[in-house]
Amino acid sequence: MDASLKILSGVAVILPLLGSCIWFWAKNKIGEKITGLAATGTLVISFICCLTLFWQIESSARVEFFSWIWMGSSELVNFSFLLDPLSLALGLIVTGVGSLIHLYATGYMHGDEGFGRFFSYLNLFIFAMLMLIWSDSMPGIFMGWEGVGLCSYLLISFWFSDEANATAGKKAFIVNRVGDFGFLVAMFCIFKAFGTLSIPEVLAIVNSGNLDIVQVGWTQWACLGLVLGAAGKSAQIPLYVWLPDAMAGPTPVSALIHAATMVTAGVYLCCRLQPLFFLNPGVMELIAYIGGLTALFAASIAIFQNDIKKVLAYSTISQLGYMFLAVGLAAPVAAYFHLMTHAFFKALLFLGAGSVIHGLHHEQDMRKMGGLRKQMPITFWTMTIGVLAIAGTPPFAGFFSKDEILHIVSGSHRGLLSNIAFVTAFMTAFYMGRLWIMTFFGKSRGHREAHESPWSMTAVLCVLAALSAFGGLLNWPELWGGNAWLEHYLGQVVTQMDVGHGADALEDSLKLAGFSSLMGLGALGLAWWKYRDYQTQDFRSPAFNLFKNKYYIDEFYDAVIVRNLKRSGEFLWKVVDQGILDGTLNGLAYQAKKTSERFRRLQNGLLQGYALWIWLGVLILMISAWSVR
Amino acid sequence: MVDVSIAQLLFVSFAIFSIGAGGFLIRKNAISLLICLELMLNAVNIAFVSFSRLHNNESGTVLYFFVITVAACETAVGLAIVLNLFRLKKNIRIQEANALRG
Repeated sequence: MDASLKILSGVAVILPLLGSCIWFWAKNKIGEKITGLAATGTLVISFICCLTLFWQIESSARVEFFSWIWMGSSELVNFSFLLDPLSLALGLIVTGVGSLIHLYATGYMHGDEGFGRFFSYLNLFIFAMLMLIWSDSMPGIFMGWEGVGLCSYLLISFWFSDEANATAGKKAFIVNRVGDFGFLVAMFCIFKAFGTLSIPEVLAIVNSGNLDIVQVGWTQWACLGLVLGAAGKSAQIPLYVWLPDAMAGPTPVSALIHAATMVTAGVYLCCRLQPLFFLNPGVMELIAYIGGLTALFAASIAIFQNDIKKVLAYSTISQLGYMFLAVGLAAPVAAYFHLMTHAFFKALLFLGAGSVIHGLHHEQDMRKMGGLRKQMPITFWTMTIGVLAIAGTPPFAGFFSKDEILHIVSGSHRGLLSNIAFVTAFMTAFYMGRLWIMTFFGKSRGHREAHESPWSMTAVLCVLAALSAFGGLLNWPELWGGNAWLEHYLGQVVTQMDVGHGADALEDSLKLAGFSSLMGLGALGLAWWKYRDYQTQDFRSPAFNLFKNKYYIDEFYDAVIVRNLKRSGEFLWKVVDQGILDGTLNGLAYQAKKTSERFRRLQNGLLQGYALWIWLGVLILMISAWSVR
Repeated sequence: MVDVSIAQLLFVSFAIFSIGAGGFLIRKNAISLLICLELMLNAVNIAFVSFSRLHNNESGTVLYFFVITVAACETAVGLAIVLNLFRLKKNIRIQEANALRG
């Protein structure tokens, strides 16, 4: 039993790494077809391994591989996997959606000169992501955490010959470093408090309840660090600025890394360490408010973006905000449910957008799209399902997951947050409707003849559309006669806030569901009314400029942080380093050189000159001997 | 046997040494330098032997033999060097053998 778990999980992790090395080494020598299919194949095998693990493991299992980090004579960290509902569910998403997106990318990246390199990075990402979610120790998670950050950087600036892409990659990496700092601090605090970095051990100590006040104090700092880390990775206020720029990467990357998997790592981390957060209700509150504000803020920006991928990027930030909101309100199951459905429909939307971009020869501006309904029917219908799902229309997946979060928010008696959540839901439906209508309806606005994408892309769209349509079945609420499978499954490891049972609760939840779906449809209708005859005009007002320029947050960060950092860097470089340090060293070297220049004249190569020196020396010795006497 | 005082002997030694040393410093011919070197060594020998006689101690006389031997070797090596110098430069002017100048 244990051996088979070891082999399965080992294979699932090692294969993508191995694949990554091979594609990187082979570049394009082995041909597009083989590279693409083999890279997809490795992922499919990983996915099958995950599925098998999922069926074999009842509640949770710990698979130990080897001792990793030693401290003195005692073992500090064991390299092992913690396979429980949390990590297995996410593992399935990562490898499952990952293999779909790999397949899609074989079509999307067709003919690109970096084809092999692209799949190498993608496989490496899957490896790092699996390390992140399966490791049972903080250093293991950190390794995966940094690994996905690296892959994100490599893939954002994949077309690095364009300066803007390289800059976007750097921005993502640097902003993430700020979050990683928080993660590191959290790791140190946890070690300080509990003397161990193994997550099961930490959670066992926390759950036993034998904590003194000092340990609780350390966990508070740890939780704050984790919030910073999660905000960096999952693009929450104040570190969300990197995600919109990350859209510079190829679209499959945006779908896989910046929508479905990597950006949910922060949510995963918070769910994984939930007992730690329970010790610090204040931090939970902070997470909830960060999530709520981010959701509202990003949604309001998304309404005014014209780049199809930017709209989706802000939408991702906004949906991640929902997940954080749920996490902060002690509802990790709802967060996880939304994470899963979001992985389906946002991957679908991104890939659909990618299909549109591909069909229009890399045109991303929605103002130049329009009327694509007839030319790209498969993309249109699958996108429609995605839009309905994210807008929260029953019976699509997004309806259930978003409704659960709305239900929890309204049950938490926090008026501000629940208002924010409802307004955001409305805005989400509106900007998605806008995207959908501007892209597929109306007259064609200045693009050349579009073409439908190859089967490898449309097939993936269809599969994802099916998942987005029926993903809600994963957690059909018990109140509505379902079995709430996900809730029971995840309930083995996390604690979900209770939202009530019985007839009253049923009535409440039905009212809520009716209200939210009506609201979603209303927003779609409003978007239809506003953008049906869209030509080129948009909102015009001073407020519009504020939204359009994303609240000038980038400019603000640039003025306050980046420029001051640059200035202090310049000071250290020009004055301290070049002036003081280099000046001292170069001065010393110069003086030594000058001195030796003078002394070398003594060595004139003339035998008699040396003899004269000897003679003089003897004379001096004699005189001194004489005078001493 | 004429009785010679130690002062006289040392004067002769000093005189020969000075001639050798002065010659070494001012002559340009490498062979002359070797000869001057011999003069200095032999001046020292005279001093050795004189003191040996003065103190009735054989050490000085023994040392004289050593110096003679070393001087012979040194002359042999020195002449070989001079010979090669001549082959190299077609002259034996010591000022021109300054390849080791810093």
